[in-house]
Amino acid sequence: MDLFIINVIDGLIYGLLLFMLSSGLTLIFSMMGVLNLSHAAFYMLGAYLAYQISIITGFWVGLIVAPLLVTILGAAVERYGLRRVHQYGHVPELIFTFGLFFVIEELVQYIWGRSMVNYNSPESLDFIAFNLAGGSIPAYKVFMLLVSVGIFVALYYVLARTRVGMIIQAALSYPKTVEALGHNVPLVFMGVFGVGTGLAGLAGVIAGPSLTTFPGMAFLLGSIVFVCVVVGGLGSLSGAFIASLLIGWLQTFAASYNVGAGDILIALGYEYPKDIYYHPWRDLWTLTLPQIGPILPYILLVLVLVFRPNGLFGKRES
Amino acid sequence: MACLVRGSLKRKIMNNIIQKSALSAYVPWVVSAIVLSILPFIFTGGGAITIMNQIGITIVLAMSYNMLLGQGGMLSFGHAVYMGIGGFVAVHVMNIVENESLWLPLPLLPLVGGLVGLGFATIIGSFSTRKAGTVFAMISLGIGELIAACCIIITVFFGGEEGISGDRTMAPPTFGIEFITQKEVYFLIAFWVLISVFCMYLFTQTPVGKMANAVRDNPERAEFVGYSMRWVRFVSFCAAGFFAGIAGALFAINYEILTEQNLNLNMSFQVLLATYIGGVGFFLGPIFGAILFTLLQTVIGLQTDLWALYTGIVFILMVMFLPAGLTGLFAMHLIPMQLGRLGMLVRPYAKIFIPGLAFLIGSIALIELINHARHHGEEQFMTLFWIEFDTKSFLPWIVFTLMVVVGFYISRIIAREVTEAWGEATFVEGERR
Repeated sequence: MDLFIINVIDGLIYGLLLFMLSSGLTLIFSMMGVLNLSHAAFYMLGAYLAYQISIITGFWVGLIVAPLLVTILGAAVERYGLRRVHQYGHVPELIFTFGLFFVIEELVQYIWGRSMVNYNSPESLDFIAFNLAGGSIPAYKVFMLLVSVGIFVALYYVLARTRVGMIIQAALSYPKTVEALGHNVPLVFMGVFGVGTGLAGLAGVIAGPSLTTFPGMAFLLGSIVFVCVVVGGLGSLSGAFIASLLIGWLQTFAASYNVGAGDILIALGYEYPKDIYYHPWRDLWTLTLPQIGPILPYILLVLVLVFRPNGLFGKRES
Repeated sequence: MACLVRGSLKRKIMNNIIQKSALSAYVPWVVSAIVLSILPFIFTGGGAITIMNQIGITIVLAMSYNMLLGQGGMLSFGHAVYMGIGGFVAVHVMNIVENESLWLPLPLLPLVGGLVGLGFATIIGSFSTRKAGTVFAMISLGIGELIAACCIIITVFFGGEEGISGDRTMAPPTFGIEFITQKEVYFLIAFWVLISVFCMYLFTQTPVGKMANAVRDNPERAEFVGYSMRWVRFVSFCAAGFFAGIAGALFAINYEILTEQNLNLNMSFQVLLATYIGGVGFFLGPIFGAILFTLLQTVIGLQTDLWALYTGIVFILMVMFLPAGLTGLFAMHLIPMQLGRLGMLVRPYAKIFIPGLAFLIGSIALIELINHARHHGEEQFMTLFWIEFDTKSFLPWIVFTLMVVVGFYISRIIAREVTEAWGEATFVEGERR
């Protein structure tokens, strides 16, 4: 039970982190019809920029400046790259963002090297927030949780309650009409792309210290984020939210419960083979839940796409 | 009316290039066969033959990928999986042959790989080809990640991190050849490249191959004509899986080892890159892409450890400015050639060449300098473009920065001239620009 509560909290933090990426991705997709495959690269860029700034000025300046820099970069990518490719159609746009992912990954290695960098949480947050059921929750995790929830509330407020949000929502469904009403739709697109990537950058800034900042971090999280977006239904913000939490918990729980396939097979009445190293089914016998944890999201993705091609909450035909 | 006919001249030339390709005659095939068999006697070095083997494998893989992306309009992010699975099974079969529990000459092994690729593509294609576009791309990404992750888990088949290896020379000799040297393997690969490209060409000429183009360009109309989009996509997908499997088996024969790296996302990206650089809209495009990409990878890869960065940047620029690829660039020039105005372009091209080259060399040098300063700062001297210089002095920095800035500035001015000359060279009276 103790482990259960700790896992619930850890999964929640991981899920909210995923949502910070998938929300931007979803907004970008529903606006431009393009799945930004380089999204996780901006997440990594956020972490590295924050690391670089934190060396000079400390963590808190990095927390503010790095996401802003990523926002500017993202907007520039939309303005000078994606807008140009847009005229060739959707497939080249996807290819462009896919290529961008690898270029950013190479650039990060070019600038900061191939091994991990020493990006740490600020000292002011280096204490244990509270003890819970035998385990302890560090303050930095609480901080991550607060930032994620804050972003979620702010995003919801902007989209649902402000004038800008209304224009964005209108531009989502009727870009031509919104343009006819005198709004600068390309500017809205650029802004949404910038803010979306900026959110990814912010996620990188706060995730960097706890998930380690290394060149593979984009790859590690990137495909999981696509799973969230697709499982939740392309273009559905609430779907992305639920899917992010679902996958966050799925991965956290799978990683911490050491259930072996061998135990299940024995419980089912099969006999444990004597010479396990030469047994043709040795992989099945030695399989454990933490081992298959990383592939669970992909299995979920394939299953959802097979049985509900529009995702759990998606309506939009693609 | 006359105006209309003259106006469609450009399109007519392009259509001629695309449709009435000379491939329907037997001459180009015979010529390719002769060239392929002479090549190892011209480039006799061991390194050259190794590179040519690599090129051959990449050609088959890129051509099979183009069946999806170029011919069928399906963007796959997991094409390396079909090659990888075919290759893994080929290595296992090689090991079974070695234990003499199966009689199979080595030249037939690619067929085994192809059938495995076909089988796997049939399974995956049965649900993934239901939709094109983003959904198809995402399923391919998911499957790719799934299989790559399974490599570590299912060690019986994939061999874990170190992969599995075999020995090609243990197969029963074919006409006395045991495939010990690289040259013997070259002929095996060349043979299969020719066969595969020929079969893929035949595929484009079948009704299904033609309909794949129709489904790519106008799915709705194709459906109204009475073809099932899904069926057409499914058949193309299976065929692409078959040829990817052949490439995998060729890889297994050439390298005798397969690991997780041969089917992960990175590998799939390389396939996309090679195909796209060559030109996806043209049947022969991927061949040029495969040759260029492999040369970049092997030759530049020896010179600098930044080759992935360079190819990535080239790729991005290609998607932005030259979406038709290298073959597209070549085909574009057939219009002024047919109009007899190719000469008008020579002068502006020659003029932009020098500042363009200065810009290119300057930027590469700056990138290398920064890399040197950041990661090998302790060494004072570095060699670049066969010139050794002191990285601690300011001179190289200033020279290269000047080359970049001035080269870029002059190129931009001359670029306007080039655009004008191009417009003039391709201008057809009565046609809207």
